Amino acid sequence: MAERAVAGRRSRVRHLLRGIAIVYVGLLVVWPVAMVARHTFADGFDAMGRALSDPLVTRSLWLTAQVAFGAVVINTIFGVGISLLLVRYEFPGRRALSALIDLPLSVSPVVVGLALILVYGADGWFGPVLGATGFEVIFAMPGMVMATAFVALPLVIREVVPVLYEIGDEQEQAARSLGANAVQVFRRITLPAIRWAVVYGVVLSLARSLGEFGAVKVVSGNVVGSTQTATLVVEQRYQDFEQDIAYATSFLLALAAIVCLVVVSLIRPKEGATR
Amino acid sequence: MSIAVRHVTKTFGKFVALDDVSVSIPSGGLTALLGPSGGGKSTLLRVIAGLETADSGQVEIDGVDATDHPARRRNVGFVFQHYAAFKHLSVRRNVSFGLEIRKRPKPEIAQRVDELLALVHLEQFADRLPAQLSGGQRQRMALARALAVEPAVLLLDEPFGALDAKVRKELREWLRRLHDEVHVTTIFVTHDQEEALEIADEIVVVNNGRVEQVGTPDQLYDEPATDFVMRFLGPVTQLGDELVRPHDLELHAADPGGGASGQVERVTRVGFEVRIELSVGEQRVQVTMTRTQAQALEVRTADRWWVRPAPGAPTVRVDGRPPETLVPAGS
Repeated sequence: MAERAVAGRRSRVRHLLRGIAIVYVGLLVVWPVAMVARHTFADGFDAMGRALSDPLVTRSLWLTAQVAFGAVVINTIFGVGISLLLVRYEFPGRRALSALIDLPLSVSPVVVGLALILVYGADGWFGPVLGATGFEVIFAMPGMVMATAFVALPLVIREVVPVLYEIGDEQEQAARSLGANAVQVFRRITLPAIRWAVVYGVVLSLARSLGEFGAVKVVSGNVVGSTQTATLVVEQRYQDFEQDIAYATSFLLALAAIVCLVVVSLIRPKEGATR
Repeated sequence: MSIAVRHVTKTFGKFVALDDVSVSIPSGGLTALLGPSGGGKSTLLRVIAGLETADSGQVEIDGVDATDHPARRRNVGFVFQHYAAFKHLSVRRNVSFGLEIRKRPKPEIAQRVDELLALVHLEQFADRLPAQLSGGQRQRMALARALAVEPAVLLLDEPFGALDAKVRKELREWLRRLHDEVHVTTIFVTHDQEEALEIADEIVVVNNGRVEQVGTPDQLYDEPATDFVMRFLGPVTQLGDELVRPHDLELHAADPGGGASGQVERVTRVGFEVRIELSVGEQRVQVTMTRTQAQALEVRTADRWWVRPAPGAPTVRVDGRPPETLVPAGS
């Protein structure tokens, strides 16, 4: 009898916790995102049609895709490299580097944008040099990619580092003793072991990069039709009382992010299946 | 392919793992590096393999100074305690890894892998993933993988340490037979003195980063160079200031000369063995004998007996250290 009472209490607690979690996620995430979708399709596909036939909107979407792609490529290459450095090598300042990598998560993206302007802007440290060579960073594509890469920097690393710790380095040592050089060890042993972590980090980075706003707004100059990304279009159109276009663009951004996450959960093998 | 290690020192921070170690391993033999955990034997093996770099000293493989060669150029096969199986590759691809790296022609690789899988009795598991094998099978796969590249030396780091007792015993006998077939110079690390005594041609006893003694199993057992070696190879007891094995002690009713008198404190029978504990002065001395011997002598608690080492029994002087009966590891 007592056992049954305890079991009953436990299941009540479980139901309660589940309810709280559902309400929390629902109020904070699902409902607001659903409202965006509802507003987008309030008049059927009219708003979406108007948004997609507006060249400034399509241009901004294309620009967002390019910036996000650049930032993800950079973050993947450096992310995997830094992860290997952090896990497989001992060097002075390793812990400091590890802590520094979380900085982009804690610093406001606006501050990131301003900091990049201070270094690469016309009056910045590298400004004169860059100006002389005619290579534009600020108010141009390179600056926007840099700002986005900065903001999404930790995402690949935080996915890959724990997996590298978990697999250990014995397989890599075995490969080396069998004659493999550093590149062969990485391609044949390390990369296959961390591939799902890399994919997951890439998708998170991509989703984050698509949605970047603050840092890009500062470094891009928000020039309509030139350096205006999708998130900047959303803000501008919303303020210009073109809510329908703002909602439609928002919906596309949210959709892209959701598609990313769904694709990953579909292609990622079940936990433990490959281990 | 002989190996010579000369004056190798290796430290990890303040911990001295190897302290000016010199040892030479003869060609074609099966050599055990035996010692307690943390004694430096695995570090020595990893220095030979090039997986660790010595702080100073020299490693020579087959007459060539390999000190500055990276692991991949030393042509050693290395087998890890926890198998280090390539988890995403099939058994076949694991074994062929070294040959693929060496860009051997495909038919040659296929043939060689088939031979090796037959050698380690894994033919029918060729297309499985390592996760689908038992521990013993994984270790045999790792062994085939190491042998595939025809290494100058085969190095095994506690190869059976992660396996249960029965499989461990089977595999070590199998390793001995395999070595008799393949004849590759082999060094294996173990902390199990029984394992070393049973299958090694030669044993190097390593403790506290130093080599205590090198010799055949018989030499080590019959002529231990230090009290450490004597203690490590099996149970010991102290009589006066000498270490002696409990089964090398004799009991006599009258003074046989060179004996000491003691009183029986306890008689314990474990199967065929009888353990007798005597107090000789301040000391507690352990004597073991077979049940038949004990019955013939009629040893009983509170009797007085003379005790002395059997003539010719190995003894080692101790320098004031209290006797501690080391429990043999792994048994």
